[in-house]
Amino acid sequence: MHLSRYQTERIAFVAIGVAALLTVAPIIIVVGAIFVYGADAISWEFLVEMPRNGMRSGGIWPAIVGTASLALGTGLISVPLGLGAAIYLSEYARDSAWTRAIRLAIVNLAGIPSVVYGLFGLGLFVLFLKLGSSIAAACLTLSIMTLPVIISTAEEALRAVPQSFRVVSIGMGGTRWQTIRRIVLPQALPGILTGVILGLERAAGETAPILFTGAAFFLPRLPSSVFDQTMALPYHLFVISTQVPGMPIQIQYGTAAVLLTFVLAMNVLAASVRSWQRRKRQW
Amino acid sequence: MSRRFTRQLEDGPRDMTVSTRKATRRNPFEILLETLVRVAGYSAVVFVALIFVFLMREALPTFNEIETDELFNRRWYPIEDYFGILPLLFGSLVITLGAALIAIPFGLMTAVYIAEIAPRWLRELLKPLVEVLGGIPSVVLGFLGILVLAPLIRRILHVPTGLTAFTGAVLLAGMAIPTIVSVAEDALDTVPKAYRDAALALGATHWQTIWRVTLPAARSGVLTATMLGIGRAIGETMTVMMVTGNAPQIPAGLNALFMPLRTMTATIAAEMGEVASGSVHYHVLFTIGLTLFLISLAVNLTASAVLFRARRRAERLLS
Repeated sequence: MHLSRYQTERIAFVAIGVAALLTVAPIIIVVGAIFVYGADAISWEFLVEMPRNGMRSGGIWPAIVGTASLALGTGLISVPLGLGAAIYLSEYARDSAWTRAIRLAIVNLAGIPSVVYGLFGLGLFVLFLKLGSSIAAACLTLSIMTLPVIISTAEEALRAVPQSFRVVSIGMGGTRWQTIRRIVLPQALPGILTGVILGLERAAGETAPILFTGAAFFLPRLPSSVFDQTMALPYHLFVISTQVPGMPIQIQYGTAAVLLTFVLAMNVLAASVRSWQRRKRQW
Repeated sequence: MSRRFTRQLEDGPRDMTVSTRKATRRNPFEILLETLVRVAGYSAVVFVALIFVFLMREALPTFNEIETDELFNRRWYPIEDYFGILPLLFGSLVITLGAALIAIPFGLMTAVYIAEIAPRWLRELLKPLVEVLGGIPSVVLGFLGILVLAPLIRRILHVPTGLTAFTGAVLLAGMAIPTIVSVAEDALDTVPKAYRDAALALGATHWQTIWRVTLPAARSGVLTATMLGIGRAIGETMTVMMVTGNAPQIPAGLNALFMPLRTMTATIAAEMGEVASGSVHYHVLFTIGLTLFLISLAVNLTASAVLFRARRRAERLLS
C-alpha cells in the first residue's frame, strides 16, 4: 500500500499527539491522585503535631520544620556563592581556557548523581570536617548540589540585561561595581529569584544527598541547633512507605501531599515571578 | 535547568568593550569585590575537584584490601565478603536501557509536538506541566510506584512480584522525560524560521518539514537531550531503590527486565547507613560512587563536546 504524503502526515501527527498525551496525562493523574487521597489525611493536627506510636499516628511537624530549615540553610550558602559566580561569569570573565573550565565544571556538577553528593558530603563534611550527621552538613551538601541551577539561571538573567544599560552607567561615571549593583542586578532580580526558587525546590525534594549527612529516621522533637540531625519530608515519606510495617495508608498519602504541595508551591512561585518579570521589564 | 546549561555552553562569555574596561576606576573596595566574585566563579571547579578527591580518598583503600578481580565477581553479598559489582552494573544498565527505550521516543515526540505542532495556547499549558513532572520529588514517584504501578504490573504480566526492573524503568523514564523534552524543545526552537519557510514554500507538507528539515537541523541538540536524559536516569536513586526489588542478580535472557534487580545507586543508598566507616564494605561502596561519578563525567563531557562541535559547525555555515 502506498501512502500519499498527506496520509503519512496525518498518521505521524496522530502518533505524536497520542505520545504527547500519554506523556502528559500521567502527570495530571499522579498529582491529582495524591491530592485527592491525601486530602483526607491532612488536618491541622496532622501538620503541627509530633509523630506518635512509631510514626503510625500523630503528625509530621518535625519533618515539615526540618525540610523548611534545610531549604533555608541551603539558600543561605548557595545563593551568595551562586550569585557571585554568575556575576563573575557574566560581567567579568573573558573567554579563556579557565572560563571554559568553569563552565564545564558547572555542567558536570549538574550531572553528578544525587547519591554521589551524599557520599561526598559524608566524606568531606560529616567525617573529615567532623560536623557529624547534622543540618549543617546536609545544607552544605545540598548547597553544592543546587549551585549549578542557581549559577546558570542567574547568569542567564544577568546576560539578558542589555549591554547599553551598562555602557550608559559607565559613561555617566559609574564604577564597574556601581554599574552591577545599581543597574544590572535590579534589572536581573526576577530572573535570579526564579533560579533560586527552582534550586531550593530541588533541595527540598531530594533525599539521597541527606541520607547519610543529616536526615534522622525518627526524631520526635525539633532540632535544637544546626549541629543536630533533623527529620525531612522526603526522607520521612521514604521511611513510612518502605521501612515501617503496618503504616496507615492515609498518613503516607498525607505526607506525599504535603511534600508535593511544598514543591509545587515553589514551582508556582517561580512561574509568577517570571510573569511579573515580563511585565516590569524596561527593555 | 538542562535548557539553561545548554545555553551556557553555546554562549561564549561576553566581553565588555575596551573603553568601558579602561574607564573603570579602581579602588580597594572594588578590587575586593571583584576578587570575591572571582573566587565564587572558580568555586565550581574547586567543588568538582573536591568531589573527585574525597571519593578517591575513601575508594582507593579498596584496592589494597581486596583483589581487583573480586570486584568483578558475579555475586554481591557483603556480609560474607562477596563484593562483586557486576550484578549492580548489570542492574543499572538494564534499568537505564529500559528507561531510555521508553523516555527517548515519548520525550522526543512530546518535544516535537510542543515545539512544532501544538497551537500556542496548548504549548503554554504543556510546557509548565512537563516542568511540574520534573519537579516531583523522586520519593513521591517511588511511593506511587509501590502503591499503584507495581500491583498493576504484577497483575498484567502475571509475575510473582511487581517490584521489577521494568517498574523502575517506567518511573525513571518519567524522570528523564522532562530533561529530554526541555532540551530537545529548546533545540527545535533555535532552528531558524527561514528553514521551515523554505521547505514549506517548496511544497513540503508540515510533517515533511519536521522530519526532513527541522529535526535534522536540530540533531545535535536532540542528541544532547537524550544523553542528558539518560544521565539523569543512571544517577536516580530513591525511585529505583523503592520499586526495583533490590535483588543483586544477573538473570539471563530477555526476562531480566521483569525480575527484581538492583542498581549501583540503590546499593549505596541502602547500605551506606549500616556499614562501619573504614570497613572494606564502606570502601567498596565509595568505589561504586566513584564509578558513578566517572560515568556522569563521561556522559556530560561527551554531551558538551557534541554541542561544542555543533556550534563550530553552525558558525562555519553562517559565516
